[in-house]
Amino acid sequence: MKSNWIEVIALEAIPQLGSRVIKTEASNIAIFRTADDRVFAMKDACPHKQGPLSQGIVHGTTVTCPLHNWKIDLASGEAQGPDEGCTNVYPVKIEDGVVYISLSAVVAAA
Amino acid sequence: MKQRLVMVGNGMAGVRTLEELLKLAPEMYDVTVFGSEPYGNYNRIMLSPLLAKEKVLSEIMLNDLDWYQDNNIRLYAGRQVTQIDRVHKRVIADDGTEVEYDRLLIASGSDPFLIPVPGVDLPGVITFRDIADVNTMLDAARDYKHAVVIGGGLLGLEAANGLMKHGMKVTVVHLLDSLMERQLDKPASTLLKSHLEQSGMQFAMEAQTTAILGDERVQAVKFADGNEIPADLVVMAVGIRPSIALAQQAGIYCERGIVVNDTMQTFDPVVYAIGECVQHRSNCYGLVAPLFEQAKVCANHLANIGTSRYEGSITSTKLKVTGIDLFSAGDYNEGEGDEAMVLQDPASGTYKKIVIRDNKIKGTVLYGDTMDGSWYFSLMREGTSIADFRKTILFGQHDVGDAGHGDVARVMSLPDSVEICGCNGVCKGDIVAAISKQGLFTLEDVRAHTKASSSCGSCTGLVESILASTVGEGYSAAPSKQAMCACTEHSHDDVIHAIKEHQLKTMPDVRQFLEWKTPDGCASCRPALNYYLLTKWPGEYADDSQSRFINERAHGNIQKDGTYSVVPRMFGGLCTPSDLRAIADVCDKFEVPEMKVTGGQRIDLFGIKKEDLPAVWKDLSGAGFVSGHAYGKAMRTVKTCAGKNWCRFGTQDSTGLGVQLEELTWGSWMPHKFKLAVSGCPRNCAEATIKDFGVVCVDSGYELHVGGNGGIKVRVTDLLCKVATEAEVLEYSGAFIQKYREEAHYLERTAPWVERVGLSSIKAAVVDDVEQRKALYERFKYSQKFAQIDPWKARAEGEAAHEFMPLRIAG
Repeated sequence: MKSNWIEVIALEAIPQLGSRVIKTEASNIAIFRTADDRVFAMKDACPHKQGPLSQGIVHGTTVTCPLHNWKIDLASGEAQGPDEGCTNVYPVKIEDGVVYISLSAVVAAA
Repeated sequence: MKQRLVMVGNGMAGVRTLEELLKLAPEMYDVTVFGSEPYGNYNRIMLSPLLAKEKVLSEIMLNDLDWYQDNNIRLYAGRQVTQIDRVHKRVIADDGTEVEYDRLLIASGSDPFLIPVPGVDLPGVITFRDIADVNTMLDAARDYKHAVVIGGGLLGLEAANGLMKHGMKVTVVHLLDSLMERQLDKPASTLLKSHLEQSGMQFAMEAQTTAILGDERVQAVKFADGNEIPADLVVMAVGIRPSIALAQQAGIYCERGIVVNDTMQTFDPVVYAIGECVQHRSNCYGLVAPLFEQAKVCANHLANIGTSRYEGSITSTKLKVTGIDLFSAGDYNEGEGDEAMVLQDPASGTYKKIVIRDNKIKGTVLYGDTMDGSWYFSLMREGTSIADFRKTILFGQHDVGDAGHGDVARVMSLPDSVEICGCNGVCKGDIVAAISKQGLFTLEDVRAHTKASSSCGSCTGLVESILASTVGEGYSAAPSKQAMCACTEHSHDDVIHAIKEHQLKTMPDVRQFLEWKTPDGCASCRPALNYYLLTKWPGEYADDSQSRFINERAHGNIQKDGTYSVVPRMFGGLCTPSDLRAIADVCDKFEVPEMKVTGGQRIDLFGIKKEDLPAVWKDLSGAGFVSGHAYGKAMRTVKTCAGKNWCRFGTQDSTGLGVQLEELTWGSWMPHKFKLAVSGCPRNCAEATIKDFGVVCVDSGYELHVGGNGGIKVRVTDLLCKVATEAEVLEYSGAFIQKYREEAHYLERTAPWVERVGLSSIKAAVVDDVEQRKALYERFKYSQKFAQIDPWKARAEGEAAHEFMPLRIAG
């Protein structure tokens, strides 16, 4: 897998159990931080009706969409429970407290 | 190697346990199931429709044979376990099959009871318990004429009804003088009997069967008084008993059923038991809802999670017998000191009875119209005082709009294309398909799979009716204790109580003390805990913005395109030309695509980008506006009419009082949104009587009204009291609000809260008890010191900037 790591922001600038939005030309990307400081990134659009997932409540490694309460797994981008759908996720890594993202390698396609 | 789990019995409760277990720990066990019938798991409640040919076998299958294969479960269908060898931890079946276990689950169900009379073993004498019995009845209906059903309970009447449909002449024999005496009182039972007689069913009441006569096959039934009636088929439906013989023989302690503790464990710690064979805290259950609760608990312990307990169920019965809706719950036969209220309408074929003691419902029987059954049941379970609405209780829940009526017969006749849930666009056909394909049994399941009734909830009654008509008549909507969410077993009241009693001051403290199952909760419990802590410890607890729903985190209403709407506060709805000019300037500057006057007399600016919010607020704040909290579970608006300054009918200064009320209450967080209104005279132009707190001015003072709602279910307020001065209006409103803030469940509006706790208890604290009122008012004013810091101004000045500022990256 080819990856070009792009620096995003310091880990500390993302609230725990919260998110930030990255604006790119193509679309918005939501970047999440869990309670135990893991970081995940995915397209900021719920597979259901494109709700902005970055605005949802983060719990465990799940985010609940603010529009209709779909629960999306942060690692896989897949809807949980009886709902079906998937959103793109992007690889991220943390080095020396800085978060990097790779946009060239899309892990899962919708 | 995997542990081995063996299940004896292949019925609904047992297989439900396996399904729950597979969800929790799919790889933990190597599972073997023994079932005495040659089928997968089917819905036993649906045997009557199967007999009546309303359903076919494939429609009542819950888990077909493929399901077992797909889940790697070894199923011995058609083999009966004859011995449990606890010493060697193995079971032995009638064909000699032996399987060893590490853990054993007994789900043997119940056995039909046979009256010990001569001739009971003759061909043509059967019970009504399984598919084989149904087949025997169908065969008999083809070849013979006369059927006798012994037992006038639900099962007996269903069998009789089914046999009649196949052209048999049926007599129901009952030992007592009234039918279904365990579900119905005497008048309801009499109504049912005459209805059934009209359809051609015959009855032999108070008849004791002494012998079944016949040579090759049954020919007649003989009674104690010497009478005989001809019979080619005898169906015994006199009751069921927990099937405990196998457990008893293995030395497992049994009484009426197999005795289990709150974790569904028998006296042998590796042996669990579940379902109709079980006796828990002296009770045996036969309805689906409690058995499925047991299944959940049992699976939790089999998966070694060990966090849940079954604490018993209060059950209600909602049935449909031969087309008649019946509902009963609790002690419906009044004893000494009880009162009974009865409403009977012979023309429409309805009968309602409520048994009351000390103004609390002890039991109820409904015949013909069961719409209010779940309401009466919840009043009974919560122990709500009905003193405030005794006069009208029999007429039903007055605030339920048409959409909430759960009329099973009407729902059944609707075409599949009818939209049931208007919020999510779910049709009847979608719901029925999901219920039968996914094997759904509870309202929560249906909500999760179809989204029906998961938004505003006004179609809940209809969805429950569809559920009842699709899964069968034994469906019972009886949850024992409603847990706050899937993260915990505790209810909202438990949490509120624990925070107070044990001085819990942070969310991790609450979750640890109450043994939460998830490390940081979920999107449903986190906002609730945050609210409870904020209300209990104002000025001390640090609000957690990540536990706020986005609208409250961003202090604006998220719209479906991800933009936000902004509503500046205009106290009492009053405004000046410069206010309007400032708003107009903001709209021009930020190119607001649409403006609207809201129902609460404020101005809404739509389509604002999130990153622009702080700048919008800076301009509004500079013009003197504060947040309108139109986005929050918070105090929203005080709506006012013109009042005596201008209106020729006005009796008091309604706008001035509205401004004072809004100045007192703005900024306060609430369990749900909270609206006020002040009308200047009884013409009530501000619609104060559908608000959470409404003031209607009269010449001699102010009427205070509470608990109104103009939303999904329109509810007119109750009159709290009348006061003489504006100062009193402020004090009473603050006290009422604080009581609501401290005691209501999160997301419970004042209307259902007032109904749940009763107006009398609110009056006692807010009106009658001066000291309590003053203390409530003081607590409210204290918490307002911290709540009335304008969140917009703070964010315009840079607070929580990360929330609003997007990141940009190269590439």
